[in-house]
Amino acid sequence: MALNEETKKFLCVSCPVGCLLKVTVRGQEVLSVEDNGCPLGVKYAQNEVVNPVRTFTSTVRVSGASLPVCPVRSRTPLPLSKVRDVTMEVAFARADAPISIGQVIIGDICGTGIDIIASRSLEKR
Amino acid sequence: MSDGGSIVDVAVIGGGPAGIAAAIAARKEGARKVVVYERDWEAGGILQQCIHPGFGLHMFGEELTGPEYMDRYLKQAKEAGVEFALNTMVFQMDPPNETDDGRRSASFWVMNPNTGIERVRAKSVVLAMGCRERPAGALGIAGTRPAGVYTAGTAQRFVNMEGLMPGKKVVIMGTGDIGLIMARRMVLEGAEVVAVFEIMPWVSGLRRNIAQCLDDFGIPYYLEHSVRELHGRDRLEGISVVQIGKDRKPIDGTERFIGCDTLLLAVGLIPENELSRMAGIELEASTNGPAVNELLQTSAECVFAAGNVVVVYDLVDFVSEAGERAGSSAALYALGKLGKGPREFAVETTPNIRVVSPQKLCGARDTTVFLRVAEPIEGRCKLYAEPGIFSQTLRYARPGEMNEVKIDAQKLRALPGDVKSIKIGLEAVK
Repeated sequence: MALNEETKKFLCVSCPVGCLLKVTVRGQEVLSVEDNGCPLGVKYAQNEVVNPVRTFTSTVRVSGASLPVCPVRSRTPLPLSKVRDVTMEVAFARADAPISIGQVIIGDICGTGIDIIASRSLEKR
Repeated sequence: MSDGGSIVDVAVIGGGPAGIAAAIAARKEGARKVVVYERDWEAGGILQQCIHPGFGLHMFGEELTGPEYMDRYLKQAKEAGVEFALNTMVFQMDPPNETDDGRRSASFWVMNPNTGIERVRAKSVVLAMGCRERPAGALGIAGTRPAGVYTAGTAQRFVNMEGLMPGKKVVIMGTGDIGLIMARRMVLEGAEVVAVFEIMPWVSGLRRNIAQCLDDFGIPYYLEHSVRELHGRDRLEGISVVQIGKDRKPIDGTERFIGCDTLLLAVGLIPENELSRMAGIELEASTNGPAVNELLQTSAECVFAAGNVVVVYDLVDFVSEAGERAGSSAALYALGKLGKGPREFAVETTPNIRVVSPQKLCGARDTTVFLRVAEPIEGRCKLYAEPGIFSQTLRYARPGEMNEVKIDAQKLRALPGDVKSIKIGLEAVK
């Protein structure tokens, strides 16, 4: 059965401009992207249709530092569908000071192949 | 108490993004002793608690979190030989005095738990105190005064730096970016976010934060709604919200009760200018910040100002750029190399522009004038600076997103001598 062409609207989150993209799709195939201010919009639209991704950030409990938590991020954007699982795993993770920025806190989180890394350094107190 | 002996070349008040960029630039410009005074135990300012991504696209060409953005600047500051006075609060600033050589110099008073109270003298100062959140008391909400009402930024500090949760069932008032970011953050930390309310008929933050913070997590938001009353004795038990009419007044009979134990307020930011006032520096009514020109020089010639203390920006990248400009000007002043600008212009605006910065131009260097519209213009509009300085067609203009007017200093200097003002305007295009 042939799939119909559809027009979808996505608000691009690639940068603060926030272009409202007009995207024509057939099934999972992107036929055209309009109203994008830059090439990032095309990539964003393709991802939104097939597998939306977001940069994930949260905090992890640490011991021995001047702060009780350390901010963390996914090194690269990860699938939006995995955010709930990732959140749970990060919530129960623990780390010890000293921590240096960029250090892997959880490798290959939830089988995504993406690392959760520290987004700041924390000295040992 | 000691009346400090040494003289600082460039003193920077505030160790956030504006102050650190200013200090680095001041050192690069040749100032010897550059000191950043910061009241917190570490430098970095508000970005240390802004753990979400979205910073640095302009400055570094990649999307960083707040702490990552600051880490890069703090490393640069160290390499540049910037000194830091941490745990040090500037609590008084004197009006700048004339020195023996006819120039002006500044002095202010600091407090530190180890060294006590000291006076600092500086050849020039950069004000970089940033801004504060509009508090609950400014909103005139009726009802009781229970625990559980916080500004969004306070909650952000609790969650992201202190590891504490402010509550479990949350309502957010205001669609400022911090409120939207905190809606997502509270959900990720296990709270229920019932709804976000906005008094205006438009969203005040960036649209992408509606998409990635609310829509991604199924959090509803309602425009033209406000909190009328708080309920609960010791702890917040709920709020009454009311619809707001086109006349911006509450519509009686539309009240409804929403159960929650936490209310976060994201209802605007106010530049923090107590010190500027003490020093007798002229403030601008439309921005609540010091009146400056493109050198970021205030009405006191040895005092410069940059970042959210001058005007509340959307993006930290522009704050850093302003910091650089102020730091470089302040260093040149301290070295006796900053001349008067060749011309003087007032920046005038059409009534649909609510905020403009800077409000004065002197033609000393190319610059960007930032502005914010009073109400959204959906559809093409022309942004211009007359006579004949700048013109650009925009797809839209919204209060949540600042617009930029590029000013070519050569064009300014070439204007006929009787031109004393530059008019910046915005009009819809058919």
